[in-house]
Amino acid sequence: MRLFILTLLNGLTLAALYFMVASGFTLVFGLMRQVNLAHGSLYLLGGYIGYEIAQWSGSWFIGVAAGFAALAVVGLLLQVLLFRHMEGQDLRQTLVTIGLSIVAADLMLAHWGGLAYQFDPPEWLFGATPMPLVNAYPTYRLALLATAIVTGLLLWFFLTKTRVGMTIRAGVDDRAMLSATGVNVQRVFAITFAIGAGLAGFAGVVGGTALSIAPGEDNRYLLASLVVVIVGGMGSVPGAAIGAVLVGLAEQFGLAYTPTYGIAYTFLIMVLVLAIRPQGILGRQA
Amino acid sequence: MSAIAPPATQVEPSAGARPHWRRSALRPRHVIVASLLAIYPLVANEFWTLQIGAQSLLLGIIALSFMFLAGYGGMVSLAQMTVAGLAAYMVAMLGSSAIPLSLGWPWWVVEPLSVAIATLFAAFVGAISVRTEGIYTIMITLAIGMAVFYLTQQNYTLFNGFDGFKGLEPPALFDVNWRAPLAFYYVSLAVAAACYLAVLYLSRSTFGLSMQAIRDNPRRMRSLGFNVSLHRVVAYAIAGFIAALGGVLWAWYNGRVSPGSIGIHSIIAILIIGVMGGLRHPVGPFAGALVFVLLQTFAIDFIDRERFNTLIGTVFVLTVLFSSDGLLGLWDVLRRRLTPPRGGAARRSER
Repeated sequence: MRLFILTLLNGLTLAALYFMVASGFTLVFGLMRQVNLAHGSLYLLGGYIGYEIAQWSGSWFIGVAAGFAALAVVGLLLQVLLFRHMEGQDLRQTLVTIGLSIVAADLMLAHWGGLAYQFDPPEWLFGATPMPLVNAYPTYRLALLATAIVTGLLLWFFLTKTRVGMTIRAGVDDRAMLSATGVNVQRVFAITFAIGAGLAGFAGVVGGTALSIAPGEDNRYLLASLVVVIVGGMGSVPGAAIGAVLVGLAEQFGLAYTPTYGIAYTFLIMVLVLAIRPQGILGRQA
Repeated sequence: MSAIAPPATQVEPSAGARPHWRRSALRPRHVIVASLLAIYPLVANEFWTLQIGAQSLLLGIIALSFMFLAGYGGMVSLAQMTVAGLAAYMVAMLGSSAIPLSLGWPWWVVEPLSVAIATLFAAFVGAISVRTEGIYTIMITLAIGMAVFYLTQQNYTLFNGFDGFKGLEPPALFDVNWRAPLAFYYVSLAVAAACYLAVLYLSRSTFGLSMQAIRDNPRRMRSLGFNVSLHRVVAYAIAGFIAALGGVLWAWYNGRVSPGSIGIHSIIAILIIGVMGGLRHPVGPFAGALVFVLLQTFAIDFIDRERFNTLIGTVFVLTVLFSSDGLLGLWDVLRRRLTPPRGGAARRSER
């Protein structure tokens, strides 16, 4: 029973992390029909930048903010300088992001080396919180869960209650119609891409604190984002939440009960969803 | 050859105008290339025969399977390396290796069975990914490829985890050491040639033409009564068979197989080879593979060995950004510059 609860909590906190990474991915995909396969690299780069800034400034929170801000700028530049010129050529864009991801991984390896970086959150987030049944659970992981929920709520608020959010949703539904109504679609794209990349950078810092920042993490989170988004439905933020919970739980329960086949369950979920509902749980038919 | 120029919708306009034998006629340059390839190892030393020659042919075979799906079917599958890797893993697991997990079955069971299992897996991958279309294919096949990579890495009961298998041996047949440069080169060349000709033949068969029509307009083909999904799954299986052949040879060549050999870098390497070579003709993947292997081998003379990925990634991005169809596209541009204009049809019929 203790193992079960612990695994459940581990699964949920992992899902929290996956959700934060994948929500940016799904938002960008939904609006621009662009699969950003460099999304994992953005996550890792955010982690490294957050680490450097946190070390330099001595404040973890500044590190988190820097991770978000720096990657939002990177995302903005990518969109304005590169992807904007390949609009509508989704295959070409995707191939470019693959190329970028291996260059980025290589350059990050050159700069930060192959060692894993670890850094600590502030005192009050460190340590363990007493809990019923499992005695205690790391405070930071609970905070992570809370952060993901808050992020999700903020995203929901932003997408449903603000003007920019409404334009983004309108763009997801019908891009051509949106631009026909006189909205500057390019600006909406740039904003969305900045938010998506920023979320990845943000997740990189908070996730890097929970686990570690090391080469190879980019691919792990890319795979997680892919599966979460395929399962949840592409372009749907609530879908990403559902997908993240399913994948996070499957991975942790798999690891806990059948140690060497953990990833197989993730795979199985993906296959099942594709077989029954190819567009994803909350996805709409393309 | 206009029928396979992506993404144009023209379907062999000149087919009726020219007699059938003209289309498949043997041209002098085919004979020249074939004989050059055949005498190459007699001229080159062992390093050039094995590391450059045979390795290019191997990677070319796997990339050919990618090209077959992407060029004729419009399905960019990133799982081709995984299919090849699975065949190599099967050779290791069913045959004999230095690891006790291997079953040690005789080669005439192991090799065909490995190819069959990998082909089935490819058909399965196809069946999953044809549920959706276009860009989704990349995501799903990439996810499958990476999931298999992580599975082989974390599983020690079947795949021997991080270390994988080593000490694989090619079959002992006719008292020939099939891993010796000369023998291995000719085996690879034979398989590569067979796959190349098969793809060329298939591309002009009814099946191949339907595939290309499906690539250009799946909805129209569906309403004409074609079973689009079935065509696609069969294409995946055929491509999987080719990739599996490459994978088996690859196991012989390396003598080992580990998660690293089917990791993200290998997956992307096949994509890079395919796109860099060009997707409209089966010669593209082999050209791409040769360039890739040459870069991989000699780039260390110019740049830091560790930075190969930066180099190849940059080359790849530039190819995607500026070239219409990789080396084949470049070849066309050169040819257009060098030959006096004779009208589009004449130029096209040359290919």
